[in-house]
Amino acid sequence: MTARPLLASVLRRVPAAAYVLAAFAFILLPVAVLVLFSLQDSLLPIPPFRGPTFKWYAEVFEDVRVMAALANSLMVAAASSALACLLGFLAACGLARYSLAAGGAIRWLLAAPLSVSYLIIGMGLLVTFQAMAIPKSLGAIVIGHVVINLPLAFAVIYSQMGEHQSNIERAARDLGANERQVLLLVTLPMLWPAVLAAFFLSFTLSWDEFIIALLVSRFDVTLPVEIWSLLRSGLNPKTNAVGSVVFLVSVAIVAVVEVVIFSRRKSE
Amino acid sequence: MSALLEVRGVSKRFGRAVALDDIHLDIAEGLFFALVGPSGSGKTTLLHILGGFVEPDRGRVFIAGSDVTDMPPAGRPTTSVFQDYALFPHMSVASNVGFGLRMRKVARRHRSARVTAALEMVGLGSMGGRYVHQLSGGQRQRVALARALVVEPKVLLLDEPLGALDVNLRRQMQEELLHIQKKIGTTFVHVTHDQEEAMSVADVIAVMNQGRIEDVGPPRRVYLKPQTLFTAGFMGESNTFAGKVVAAGAGRIQVACTVGRLGLNGEADVGAEVHLAVRPEQLFTRDSDGGDRLGLGQFVAREVTFFGTHQRCVGELAPSGQPLIVRLPPHRSARAGDALSIFVNREDIVVLDR
Repeated sequence: MTARPLLASVLRRVPAAAYVLAAFAFILLPVAVLVLFSLQDSLLPIPPFRGPTFKWYAEVFEDVRVMAALANSLMVAAASSALACLLGFLAACGLARYSLAAGGAIRWLLAAPLSVSYLIIGMGLLVTFQAMAIPKSLGAIVIGHVVINLPLAFAVIYSQMGEHQSNIERAARDLGANERQVLLLVTLPMLWPAVLAAFFLSFTLSWDEFIIALLVSRFDVTLPVEIWSLLRSGLNPKTNAVGSVVFLVSVAIVAVVEVVIFSRRKSE
Repeated sequence: MSALLEVRGVSKRFGRAVALDDIHLDIAEGLFFALVGPSGSGKTTLLHILGGFVEPDRGRVFIAGSDVTDMPPAGRPTTSVFQDYALFPHMSVASNVGFGLRMRKVARRHRSARVTAALEMVGLGSMGGRYVHQLSGGQRQRVALARALVVEPKVLLLDEPLGALDVNLRRQMQEELLHIQKKIGTTFVHVTHDQEEAMSVADVIAVMNQGRIEDVGPPRRVYLKPQTLFTAGFMGESNTFAGKVVAAGAGRIQVACTVGRLGLNGEADVGAEVHLAVRPEQLFTRDSDGGDRLGLGQFVAREVTFFGTHQRCVGELAPSGQPLIVRLPPHRSARAGDALSIFVNREDIVVLDR
């Protein structure tokens, strides 16, 4: 008697469970294959799987060009994210605290690059840099990444600046703080979670970004560009290993965000 | 001696709406002063002008004799307790309270002693290490109070500070505010829409309505002898009768109104239109022995509601049909439909200009 409704309820869940599994498989299978065949103990990352071996990772970490590109990527991501957050924070403060004549238009202009493809932005930057005689370089990539990350950083930080915060800033002024002290001692610490979230979001986007980095760099390149040049010489498990490293760094950043920001939110 | 706080002809508009219309106000040092009025009466705008958060369109504000009208909040000898407390969420309770001292460059070791003293004053001596999100509403309120008082302002501005608390906690905090104010002697300016709260804490009340001050005085005077019809109605329930002065002289006037001709003490021009106001608890069901009571006629109760401390009867006076609210003692049995003779002490009737 009891077995039947139990069986029925299990059967009723089968399609939902199958759907969820299929969805996750669709999303994660390519990454799983990438990581799996980075452990392949042969010269080609194709089935059947043999291994595992970490020798490709050893090779990656011994490859001077790849390691230089990795260091460049980290530097570009950190610098461009920090710059985007600084500019986004100041813009958000200005637009949230002062009623400007063209406030709406300025907000729209700040968000506008979000709607333009990276290819177009990259081409625009290329032309502009040429006209301004700015050489292709890591610095140029940093500028390019600030262009694409500033709208996001601004949007994330601006969304967290409500009436309540502005009252708290008023209290600080009432107690004798000048504008610089209000910004450094009250506004920034209060918005710290939003600024951190914006920073890590920018960081992951910059870390993965390929088109702009390819267009505006020459001798020093970032990791995605280096991977692209590796791919041109054909598939091998070493490229899989580099790809896995990129993926694992992104996962690590997401984990940091989860721990630092969201666990703090929960406790408050 | 001039007042500690002087407001001279202050006006403020927000777009077309007049928030304040030519306000003049003196607040003496050491007073617990309450600004009371319905929402939109301008009381909060006036408080913000005193604190320096809003600039008046016209008029000047003086504190301790110096003109502070153009001074930013940081420079004024005032601090505020905000309605939503506006505590710093990323700081401990002690750092919140110490913030003002830090801005005034008080050395760290002097700071901590003063912070501890301020927290003890509000009954939170052991809470210095907590964070704001670990505190209850009443405790946050106390932290906000300690934070504002620790810098020893000349004037403390309170913007509906008890509005978010439940009724019991509210009564308790009113008492504590009063104790603290009497102990330290700082001038408090307290904004509230609750006239009972204003009466229970304040030495002097200013009643505001539509951007103007209707009445200023001690609670007893404002409640018992209101100067305007609005004040009479706002400070508590009131019965008002429209009437006309028909005779005057030698400190006595005769007023003809719906309940008949009443002889009252006072001065007025013959022919003047006036209102008579009397509170429901000032009406009695029997004449006094040897007192100076006036009969208002027969009252027929339509509804009787029991409130514990009194019974509230709503009905009409016969034969005029004048609506009337009467408060009877709780032990006196009364039912809808009862007819009662109503009397009032002559000196309790307030004569108001129309």
